[in-house]
Amino acid sequence: MGLGGSCAGWLMQAPCWLGGDFSLSEDTQQQIIRETFHLVSKRDENVCNFLEGGLLIGGSDNKLIYRHYATLYFVFCVDSSESELGILDLIQVFVETLDKCFENVCELDLIFHVDKVHNILAEMVMGGMVLETNMNEIVTQIDAQNKLEKSEAGLAGAPARAVSAVKNMNLPEIPRNINIGDISIKVPNLPSFK
Amino acid sequence: MALKMVKGSIDRMFDKNLQDLVRGIRNHKEDEAKYISQCIDEIKQELKQDNIAVKANAVCKLTYLQMLGYDISWAAFNIIEVMSASKFTFKRIGYLAASQCFHEGTDVIMLTTNQIRKDLSSPNQYDTGVALTGLSCFVTPDLARDLANDIMTLMSHTKPYIRKKAVLIMYKVFLKYPESLRPAFPRLKEKLEDPDPGVQSAAVNVICELARRNPKNYLSLAPLFFKLMTSSTNNWVLIKIIKLFGALTPLEPRLGKKLIEPLTNLIHSQRACIQIPKEGSVHCSTGKNTNLVLLQEKQRDGHTSAMSLLYECVNTVIAVLISLSSGMPNHSASIQLCVQKLRILIEDSDQNLKYLGLLAMSKILKTHPKSVQSHKDLILQCLDDKDESIRLRALDLLYGMVSKKNLMEIVKKLMIHVDKAEGTTYRDELLTKIIDICSQSNYQYITNFEWYISILVELTRLEGTRHGHLIAAQMLDVAIRVKAIRKFAVSQMAMLLDNAHLIASNTQRNGICEVLYAAAWICGEFSEHLEESNQTLEAMLRPKVTTLPGHIQAVYVQNMVKLYASILQQKEQSGEKEAAQEITQLMVDRLPQFVQSADLEVQERASCILQLIKYIQKLQIKEVPVAEEVIALFAGELNPVAPKAQKKVPVPEGLDLDAWINAPPSDSESEDEKPKTIFHDEEQRHSRHRQPEIDEEELARQYQDTPGVEHIPVVQIDLSVPLKVPGMPMSDQYVKLEEERRHKQKLEKDKKKKKQKKEKKGKHRRHNSLHTESDEDIAPAQHVDIITEEMPENALPSDEDDKDPNDPYKALDIDLDKPLADSEKLPVQRHRNAENLKSPDTEAPLVGKKSKKPKKKEKKHKEKEREKEKKKEKEKKVTEEGKKGEDLDFWLSTAPPPSSITQTQSEPEGSTVLAEPEENEDAKKEEQEEDNDEGKKSSKHRKKKHKKEKEEKSKDKKKSKKKHHHSEEEPAESVQNGTLDDEPLPPMSSYCLLAENSYVKMTYDIQGNLQNDSQVTVSVIFENKSASFLKSMELNVLDSLNAKMLRPEGSSVHDGIPVPFQLPPGISNEAQFVFTLQSIVMAQKLKGTLSFIVKNDEGSTHEKLDFKLHFSCASYLITTPCYSDAFAKLLESGDLHMSSIKVDGISISFQHLLAKICFYHHFSVVERVDSCASMYSRSIQGHHVCLLVKKGENSVSVDGKCNDSTLLSNLLDEMKETLSKC
Repeated sequence: MGLGGSCAGWLMQAPCWLGGDFSLSEDTQQQIIRETFHLVSKRDENVCNFLEGGLLIGGSDNKLIYRHYATLYFVFCVDSSESELGILDLIQVFVETLDKCFENVCELDLIFHVDKVHNILAEMVMGGMVLETNMNEIVTQIDAQNKLEKSEAGLAGAPARAVSAVKNMNLPEIPRNINIGDISIKVPNLPSFK
Repeated sequence: MALKMVKGSIDRMFDKNLQDLVRGIRNHKEDEAKYISQCIDEIKQELKQDNIAVKANAVCKLTYLQMLGYDISWAAFNIIEVMSASKFTFKRIGYLAASQCFHEGTDVIMLTTNQIRKDLSSPNQYDTGVALTGLSCFVTPDLARDLANDIMTLMSHTKPYIRKKAVLIMYKVFLKYPESLRPAFPRLKEKLEDPDPGVQSAAVNVICELARRNPKNYLSLAPLFFKLMTSSTNNWVLIKIIKLFGALTPLEPRLGKKLIEPLTNLIHSQRACIQIPKEGSVHCSTGKNTNLVLLQEKQRDGHTSAMSLLYECVNTVIAVLISLSSGMPNHSASIQLCVQKLRILIEDSDQNLKYLGLLAMSKILKTHPKSVQSHKDLILQCLDDKDESIRLRALDLLYGMVSKKNLMEIVKKLMIHVDKAEGTTYRDELLTKIIDICSQSNYQYITNFEWYISILVELTRLEGTRHGHLIAAQMLDVAIRVKAIRKFAVSQMAMLLDNAHLIASNTQRNGICEVLYAAAWICGEFSEHLEESNQTLEAMLRPKVTTLPGHIQAVYVQNMVKLYASILQQKEQSGEKEAAQEITQLMVDRLPQFVQSADLEVQERASCILQLIKYIQKLQIKEVPVAEEVIALFAGELNPVAPKAQKKVPVPEGLDLDAWINAPPSDSESEDEKPKTIFHDEEQRHSRHRQPEIDEEELARQYQDTPGVEHIPVVQIDLSVPLKVPGMPMSDQYVKLEEERRHKQKLEKDKKKKKQKKEKKGKHRRHNSLHTESDEDIAPAQHVDIITEEMPENALPSDEDDKDPNDPYKALDIDLDKPLADSEKLPVQRHRNAENLKSPDTEAPLVGKKSKKPKKKEKKHKEKEREKEKKKEKEKKVTEEGKKGEDLDFWLSTAPPPSSITQTQSEPEGSTVLAEPEENEDAKKEEQEEDNDEGKKSSKHRKKKHKKEKEEKSKDKKKSKKKHHHSEEEPAESVQNGTLDDEPLPPMSSYCLLAENSYVKMTYDIQGNLQNDSQVTVSVIFENKSASFLKSMELNVLDSLNAKMLRPEGSSVHDGIPVPFQLPPGISNEAQFVFTLQSIVMAQKLKGTLSFIVKNDEGSTHEKLDFKLHFSCASYLITTPCYSDAFAKLLESGDLHMSSIKVDGISISFQHLLAKICFYHHFSVVERVDSCASMYSRSIQGHHVCLLVKKGENSVSVDGKCNDSTLLSNLLDEMKETLSKC
């Protein structure tokens, strides 16, 4: 199956599973991430980008293909129907797309906006199969979806956007000092708004 | 209302969003778990609220937590709620969460069916898009069945964005719901030529994926893919197609020939750029918002993709060459070239290329080990690479490179690596590889087993390996099967036992202590070879042994008795009574430590044996000789048994394991209804009662000839090397000894050769200078008989052992060329589904209903239209059907005419050889003319052929005959089936005369159509016998009720079918006509006429030729291979009618007779024993026909069984006629 299983991205500090075709329990996913990270991270700079499959990722037909960018590893797990060099290229396309969508992507972007990363990946890989490799096409679709999202938010979204803008200003953790839980529960219970 | 909305969003701004959650987790590194559980509680509260935005936010956070490894399946229902939100923003969050956490076991998934259907038909393309993306991750068989039709509709959506997603997801649907493949396939095929490159790429992707698992069903798409390959510029598509061709060429070698040229073109066009960019440039290390400038765009510029395409091309060229060269020897040069190119890759400094080069090399290795072997140096060098991936690849290659000559050397190198290797995984890999390499194909390459045993013993010194059991298994296997080595093996094993403390001391090394299991067993079983058995026995009785794992101790206990028995015998024979009693005393003293063992097996064996030995002791005191009786306990020899032997034991006659032993409990005992159903099954099984006499007789006879247990060859020991090497074994010593031995052997041989050469002066001078010895020259050191593993007598041969019945792709092995039947439709939305949705609160019910109704009507309408379309398509297909198979053949045959021509010209004929290069050129020109319209091409092609043939007028007659011959070649393959020996067969032709006059001669052959159960194809060869030009030929038959000629749509029954060519003088050509038949149990005759215009210098005349087309029953049969077990089952089934004939006065050999039946009557031989054979065939309507043919002195009797008695008797009559001609 195309990307025989899954493609997953790992961030140094917060490895995360970016989905794919396995239906695996959370525990197995975590185990795979740990082992893969262990395998990949100890590899030297000047070795090949392929790792032969172990039992965890579904046997010898599968292999791990990875690329290393600064503190990030992007690891794809693919089966023999994919071209090894092709996947390396795909990872590059993925990263470049991230760069365009986030405007100079940095690792924190990826850490804080995992959902967006997911959405971008979903335009490239679907159900474990490569969907689109043309970067311009991918960026166009992502932009269109973002626009749609913005138009939906409209008036109602404005205050939320303002708050999140404040939050993202990185002021000394203002939002966390408010006891969010309490307020959000109380307010809807007020009958007077009906 | 507006107020409420504002209120909701005000609430929201104080909710944690995803970024807050991530930030929070990062700030709570120390008590992360606690923080997260707190967050989950908050999320649970948020999920309880009505506001969908709050819910979506909560689900979004949950998705993140899921990625961190937290189970969120409890929120599945909330996820569905968010999925069904009307806003895209929320919908996307919902589908993302679903794709992360839904799987087949999720029970609420069935609730999503209608929601997904609604989203699929949403006017907003992104709603549809997210639904498709989500569905691709969690599609279940139920969802696939219910939604297949909707998705198929989307495949023709106006937006390419939707089309490509719909096309891609179809693969998932096929996997989960294989029945959808055939109905959806025509549309999928259409999408291969979609104007949008993305859609095209998706379609290629899906078909390649399907074809990878079951390539043969997709052969007919080869022309289309070929066109795509030559026209597409998308590297992804090209790579996929090229990979697909790699899978197809082994099935159709002609395809390979056609491919080579475009592939080499591609390789040439890509060669310019051969550099892969390395990892992203590192611009940041830590810190907060550092910019990740990850990209090296300039460097990239499609280099990798170009390189990847180049690599895949090379790879496929290799595959093509391999599939080609299996038939022809001439390609070894090109293989050599490929290997050379790969060597360049491997020598490259880029590790990725090195890796891929090695990978491709292993493909060549499978078929051309010799050409890879010459690069042994390079591959051994790769073993030293610092990269483990590359080392592993190189190891893989080594496996196929060994020969008798270099095995020792290679293993020696590997042993060095074993010593050097860091990390147990790689070392374990090395260990298994050493064992694999040595033991492959029944120890084929081992010339010196002493060396091998010492290698195994050396391996036991490995620390911390997990593969002790592997070494042990090898030791056992070698000792049991190579009789000559037992003495040596026993001495080595005794040494191991003596040094057991080294092996077993370290608890970390517990993997390796498995070898003690083998050592103990070998020393016990072959104790007669043991020299200092006392010492070994003592070693086995040491207290340390009790620390070993239980199963090893158990073997120790059992084998020390064997050992004891043999010592006892020795002592008694030499009259040393005291020594015998001493040894008994030793056993009595030491055995109690095993009796105390915690392991049940050890304890049981030990206490049993202890009692036995105490008894022996009593007898010994009375001076009764006991050794004979003790040794009798272990009399007899153990023989190795093949691993599959158990499965292959046939069920003896009369044994029914399912039958009740006692009468079944009566129904009156109210045990639900279970017994009933079991009993019901039972009856069905009974009805297929056992075996007809034919099979057993045959099998019995067959197995008389094969060597049974008694025939295991007795070993002759012929040792030219001293058996014992002092001290611990060092394999190196053996290597030296072996070299010396070989050298000696060679000298002797050279001497002999020289003598010979003196006699035949100078004839083979070259040989003298060649110092390489080929494999065959090396005689093994010991004359070793490797005992083959036993199989049960009467084992049923079957090749299906290895197939995995659970393979999910097996279900997709579906014939796609068959036209669709009416019953094959995708399920359309039914009301039942609507009822399934049990959560009305998630949808606005009113709007939903209203909007749905008209849609449904629309859909039905569409459905009808589609059906109509389908029908039309189908009708078209039916007419094309007959030619479909030939289409591919024809497409392929346009490429290789050179070869077919050379084939026909291979007969010695001087002048035709001269004409050959010209023809080749012509053919090539045609190849280059990539004409889209195949019809045009075909006519052109034929015309050209005619021209050529004109040029060779003088040879015309012979040529046409040869053509005959050529057309016979294919059926001749089935003849092979019936031949067991290489006796030449007389030429046979299935073409028989249809009609003849002074102008034209028609011969014909009828073949059943595999794809259609009521069609046969009649191939007619028209030969122009006159000196005039024949044109406007038209063939017409008078249809009967049962048999009709298939005419193009719209033509009436009285219209003839034009023959698609004209015939110049002396030329012959073949046309095919399809006939449909209702019943096939009887032979048929159809009257017909060929009308044509004869044109010569004097003018043109209208001529006619009447004929009678005879459809024999044999022409309805299709040669179908059948395994003997399936055959036996078929005969057992009991619903076959039986009939038989006998023909006297047969003089030809049985083999020829079988060949005739195979050829003329389309049978295949299932089994043949002496002068008796079982044969099988199938009619196009699925009747099974089984024959048992027995040959007497000069008569033949044929017993037949078939579903239809009329068909059978007709078939037998026809056969009688054929046979009586012999």
